[in-house]
Amino acid sequence: MTMQTATRLAGSELAEADFSEVVATHRPQIFRFLLASTRDVDLAETLTQDCFLKAHRNWAGFRAESSVLTWLMRIAINLQKDHWRNRRLQFWRTTRTNAVDVSEASDWLPSGESSPEQQLLARERVSGVWRALEKLSGRQKSIFLLRYVEEMDIAEIAKATGLSDGTVKAHLSRALSRVREQLGGKA
Amino acid sequence: MRDERNKVEKAFPELDDPNLRDALGDFRSSVHAWSDSVRVRSEAAYSAVRTTPVRPAPAWGRTLAWALSLALSAGAVTGAVYERHHQQVLAQQQHQRELQLVQQQQIAAQQQHANESEDLLAKIDSDVAREVPSAMEPLAQMMTDDSGN
Repeated sequence: MTMQTATRLAGSELAEADFSEVVATHRPQIFRFLLASTRDVDLAETLTQDCFLKAHRNWAGFRAESSVLTWLMRIAINLQKDHWRNRRLQFWRTTRTNAVDVSEASDWLPSGESSPEQQLLARERVSGVWRALEKLSGRQKSIFLLRYVEEMDIAEIAKATGLSDGTVKAHLSRALSRVREQLGGKA
Repeated sequence: MRDERNKVEKAFPELDDPNLRDALGDFRSSVHAWSDSVRVRSEAAYSAVRTTPVRPAPAWGRTLAWALSLALSAGAVTGAVYERHHQQVLAQQQHQRELQLVQQQQIAAQQQHANESEDLLAKIDSDVAREVPSAMEPLAQMMTDDSGN
């Protein structure tokens, strides 16, 4: 084995080890984003697998121009777009999905110290946000989730979605107005 | 839950509506709880699958097909061997029968030949006894002639 081959092998092993760490670190976030976007556990798991498969294939070409999470989010958003585009093209197929409805999704609340009344109020608020999200476009929904669930800043969201900062802010503003409206406040 | 709301408030200064802020904090907590729950369940299922010793699932169809083909093969071989043995026994019996028949025919022919020989000898004896004169006949005649003189 030549020195060059050994170096290449060591490099690839290092890259594999790095990628395993990336998967362990970011898988929960990617899955959570896709779960919130689709409300479908099976679909979210499938898209998460696809996302990391695609990332693994392109791992050698990752230039670290953005954070790994931003790069992965970009892949996840594109996969999700492709999925819905394919579903629209396959209109002759059954349109049934495994997505849970809003009330079921709103059942998930962390068991805190709050009283049952507070839990009920929280559930209503969560349900209101889910209902507002249903009225948003795919892009607005993604931006909203990246900002208020994944807590990414505007610049990261702009890189993940391929939009400018201003466009991201405009989408966020519209999404927030819609949520406020749904919750009974002023739009 | 209050900590979550404070976190959201600190992270997103554009939110001036407390109701909206609370809703977003609750929503974030809810999505995290849901996702964590699903993930924990999936990981538990995955680890259960991994710790379960993997045994090859019995392919009943294939096993049955093998058993049937083996039984058919064994039956065919046994049948062929039995048939061959049966044919040999029959051929042997036929050969024995033919041999006996030939022997019987030979014995009968010998018997007939013996009988014929005995008859011929008896006939010859009787013919000889009748035709050949007694050895003392001429002498006896001569004696009769002398006593008359």
